[in-house]
Amino acid sequence: MSMSTIHDIGYRHYDGKRLGRAYTVRSLFVHNLRAAYGIGRPARAKVMPFLLGALMLLPAAGSVAIFAFSKEESALIRYSSYTSILQVVIAIFVATQAPVLASRELRFHVVPLYFSRPVGHLDFVLAKFAAMAVALLALMATPITLLYVGGLVSKAPDPADQLLRFLGALVGCVLFALVLAAIGLVVAAFTPRRGFGVAAVIAVYMLSSTFVGIIQGLAESQTNFALAGWAGLFAPFNLVDIVQVRLLGAKSTSVSIAPGLQGGVVALAVCALLVAGSIAVLYRRFRKAGLS
Amino acid sequence: MPIIATQGLTMRFPRVTALDDLTVSVEHGVVGLVGANGAGKSTLIKILLGLLPPSAGTASVLGLDIARDGLRIREQVGFMPEYECLPPDVSATEFVVHMARMCGLPPTAARERAADTLRHVGLYEERYRPIGGYSTGMRQRVKLAQALVHDPKLVFLDEPTNGLDPAGRDEMLDLIRRIGTEFGISVLVSSHLLGELERVCDHVVIVDAGRLLRSQAVAAYTEVSGSLTVEVDEGRDELGRRLYDEGVVVRPEGRFLIIDIAGEDTYDRVRDGVAELGLRLIRMEQRRHHIEEVFAVDPAADPPPSVPPGPPAPPGQAGPSVERGTGR
Repeated sequence: MSMSTIHDIGYRHYDGKRLGRAYTVRSLFVHNLRAAYGIGRPARAKVMPFLLGALMLLPAAGSVAIFAFSKEESALIRYSSYTSILQVVIAIFVATQAPVLASRELRFHVVPLYFSRPVGHLDFVLAKFAAMAVALLALMATPITLLYVGGLVSKAPDPADQLLRFLGALVGCVLFALVLAAIGLVVAAFTPRRGFGVAAVIAVYMLSSTFVGIIQGLAESQTNFALAGWAGLFAPFNLVDIVQVRLLGAKSTSVSIAPGLQGGVVALAVCALLVAGSIAVLYRRFRKAGLS
Repeated sequence: MPIIATQGLTMRFPRVTALDDLTVSVEHGVVGLVGANGAGKSTLIKILLGLLPPSAGTASVLGLDIARDGLRIREQVGFMPEYECLPPDVSATEFVVHMARMCGLPPTAARERAADTLRHVGLYEERYRPIGGYSTGMRQRVKLAQALVHDPKLVFLDEPTNGLDPAGRDEMLDLIRRIGTEFGISVLVSSHLLGELERVCDHVVIVDAGRLLRSQAVAAYTEVSGSLTVEVDEGRDELGRRLYDEGVVVRPEGRFLIIDIAGEDTYDRVRDGVAELGLRLIRMEQRRHHIEEVFAVDPAADPPPSVPPGPPAPPGQAGPSVERGTGR
């Protein structure tokens, strides 16, 4: 074999440094974050995430351009509304990229290779979850930042208020990222076939927003606005919007928002529950896969 | 210190007992783990990796207890599963570097070790292409490379020759032998084929239905026997008859004659017989025992099986063992 080459210096043992758990988890996080944008994989894996990323930036860039010319303040899209307005693009990103992180390594049985190494089950799941959430955060926060910076450069009025609303929207983005990662990863982890995974995530998004929309419509026609507001808890984008409106002082984008401070607190609790539940379910799923 | 030691290891699943009171201990070197499919080989490896807690019994790997020190064991061992475990859309380099980092190797070291290891297993330019386009033989090499990249003290290779053609099988076996000798890494290699393991292993452990059938150094299985294999081009029967008439104990087996060595003069009789009958002598060699024979003679084994548990011996070696009576 390689004995035929003159330069073969034989096998050398490794006695260099072996880094600990923090390094492994960080590497795992970076690996998954890169995978979410198709980096380190063939060109066709990069098409979808970067195309969607560009789609996300387009309205923000247009909005800033129009404002720069017209100085019409209404031309700037509201920071806290941006994510809800472009929710279809974001949902498609979750649908196409969550299976990359959650089901690719299940489908190809790579998972046992991690657990036969010094990688803990919970560390593995947390790294994946964090990577998906950060990938989503980058997708959503970049256009909003573009809006803010663009507004600043073209001298939008009341910079102090702008900054406050921008920061509030960023917090909203973090929450959006966590909730969407939680839902997307769990659904994808239980549909190992890639096409099914994409379809399943889209289905969960479409069904939840459609049903909630129907219920809200019916409730409002009977002037039961409280019910319409509470129904919003069951659609992911509406859920986070409730938190934005009730706890972060944003203006409402969704059709209905659960009433009062308690509406916001309940919505935040639902978000926390979703995230914790998702991590617990993913932990069990990958632990089982590690033994097969 | 034994690299692997088990004490009454038992693993019961709801419907089957995969391991049944297995007590075995093996030293540094290349160790074969042999058994039919479903004999408990893969289960044993998972338990030794500390991934699956046994129903009963204890075990230690590299002197570390599997129940308490699972993490420290996994830092020092490598594992090559028997099934496909490679993502198709990344290159071998990218994948092996990632797996090296998962063992705690810093980025630069991970890249260097990955390149070295892939070269050692025989992957060169193709390592930059996505794994999806690899042949089975190349995939097996990548699987082996990821098990070796962090320079473990011990590697578990689960059925590494599965699915390979004869040439690929030979190369894989040579590689395993090199890992044990040249690299100085202990190897536990499982297979359901006894014949291929006797070529590369120092020690063979045979399990059957989760029980230990035998654990022994290969030298003890394959010591020189007291018989001679003779192959002639034509006229096997004439030679046999002549030797028989001279009082030599001889029997046909396949294309060969198997002759009991009574003393120095047995060789002379064969030589003279061949010369006087004008036959062409192709081969005359002293027979060695094959590990497979343990199945036929081991009192612990089931009564003589009609289907031999081992495979036919590889071509170029003496035929299957006499005891099974497969000769004509």
